Amino acid sequence: MAGKDGNTLGTRAIQIGFLVAVGLVWWALAANRMVTPLFLPHPEAVWRAFARLVSGGQFWSAVGVTLTSIVQAYGIAVVCGLAVGYLVSRSRYSTRLFEPLIAACFAVPITLFFPIFILVFGIGPASKVAYGAVYGFFPVALNTIAGFSGVGAHYVKAARSMGASRAQMFRHVLLPAAFPVVVTGLRISFFICFASVLGGEAISSASGVGNNIAHAAELMEPARMFAWIVFVIVTAIILNMVVSHVESRGREH
Amino acid sequence: MNAPAFRAATDAASAPVVISIKNVSKRFGAAGSSQSVLALDDVSLDIRKGEFVCLLGPSGCGKSTLLNIIGGLTDASSGSARIDGREIKGPTPDAISFVFQESTLFPWYTIVENFNIALKFQGVPQSEWSDRTMKALKSVGMATFADHYPNQLSVGMRQRVNMARGIALKTDVLLMDEPFAALDEQTRMVLGEDLSTLLAETGKTIVFVTHSLAEAVFLSDRIIVMTARPGRIKTVVEVGEPHPRSPDFMLEPRFSELRNELYALLRDEIRAATAAMRDPVAAPVSLHGG
Repeated sequence: MAGKDGNTLGTRAIQIGFLVAVGLVWWALAANRMVTPLFLPHPEAVWRAFARLVSGGQFWSAVGVTLTSIVQAYGIAVVCGLAVGYLVSRSRYSTRLFEPLIAACFAVPITLFFPIFILVFGIGPASKVAYGAVYGFFPVALNTIAGFSGVGAHYVKAARSMGASRAQMFRHVLLPAAFPVVVTGLRISFFICFASVLGGEAISSASGVGNNIAHAAELMEPARMFAWIVFVIVTAIILNMVVSHVESRGREH
Repeated sequence: MNAPAFRAATDAASAPVVISIKNVSKRFGAAGSSQSVLALDDVSLDIRKGEFVCLLGPSGCGKSTLLNIIGGLTDASSGSARIDGREIKGPTPDAISFVFQESTLFPWYTIVENFNIALKFQGVPQSEWSDRTMKALKSVGMATFADHYPNQLSVGMRQRVNMARGIALKTDVLLMDEPFAALDEQTRMVLGEDLSTLLAETGKTIVFVTHSLAEAVFLSDRIIVMTARPGRIKTVVEVGEPHPRSPDFMLEPRFSELRNELYALLRDEIRAATAAMRDPVAAPVSLHGG
């Protein structure tokens, strides 16, 4: 165990080292003016822009809009993905019928349909929620199908022979057997929702973090744009850590 | 408590019939379609209380199908199967439990949790779980591994635990579907010996499916030799050796005589079965020719 801990510590150190190195390269390039500040502003300028953003009052409302959209999109994706995936996995025929269809839809660049989302749901957050939910639906549905249709027939047979009821079969055999694959789908879906909502906001919207990033770029305010981007990156890293933690806790139970 | 009832081979003839199979046939797929396979053809068999019966035959002869019909996991296409006089229409976990290969232990539960869940499925009150589990684990010498996960144990240990799970369910009938197939020769022999001892003590009725001739002779009171598909009963071989059996039994001339007799009975059936299935091992040309 000690060796394993040491190993993860070492891995962590290298990962942090990588981030520090990226920051240092940025600093060196900007400080020596090797890249024009229009493309790569000085970290200090970004920090000042960030401080202004946070104190400006619009920051938290933008973050609030974006986070709410992500949570709503993800919630819809998860509920629909789990339900559809589970129903499809119930019979071998429906799996053979629907799984390739769902996989094919996921392969289509749904981004191309974004203007239609705007037409239907308007420029407000609803279009971003719908867009994120549609994109995030697929990995949940596909992994739920894979998880439940991949449950070993011998486990089901053994449980049946012991007299397991339908509910017991689901709770004690199907669910734990499918769980690891389903959780992977949930995780992928979360980051797809995250990226879709931000991307949607950047392309066309009236509010949210993505909109502010696009706006700062249009106004040629690279420091403000980078302040937002660094904020998104840090948020993504924190969310990733939270999701990993929840996932490993879930696997233990 | 009774003293361990060391059963004599002759007990079986007078004991009541527990499992009664009459004219059972099983067809997979609609009759007449090209996919249709007749797995069992008019099989009749009575199994008496306390008997150890082996179903032996070539691959695909329907022996596992017959076991699944007895266990209520598969319906017969025609004929009837009864347990204690009751028509078998589905699993009867109060009367019959299965021991499959070791891989049917649920890997997401510890050994104790595996037993608890089996007892829960079977409808045993929770107050009895831990007592039954520990007794069964002790009987196979695995009590110290109660809190391990299955994949922390060797294959042989897992099968010991798996056997104990069947015992903990305390049904009168135990159906064993090639439980030792994944084990190496030595482990099989040791587990076979343990099984013989355990069964002599519990007086359970066992139906055991195997490919192994030696295993069949060593464990069984009666060996049902089946034909290649469609599976019919070709003949029944009585072993007539009391339980528990010691490894010395394997050294007796009678053991090898019985084994040879079984082989002679099966040889033609196995050739017929492999030819019918175009087994790539039997016909290596098809592997390289295509």
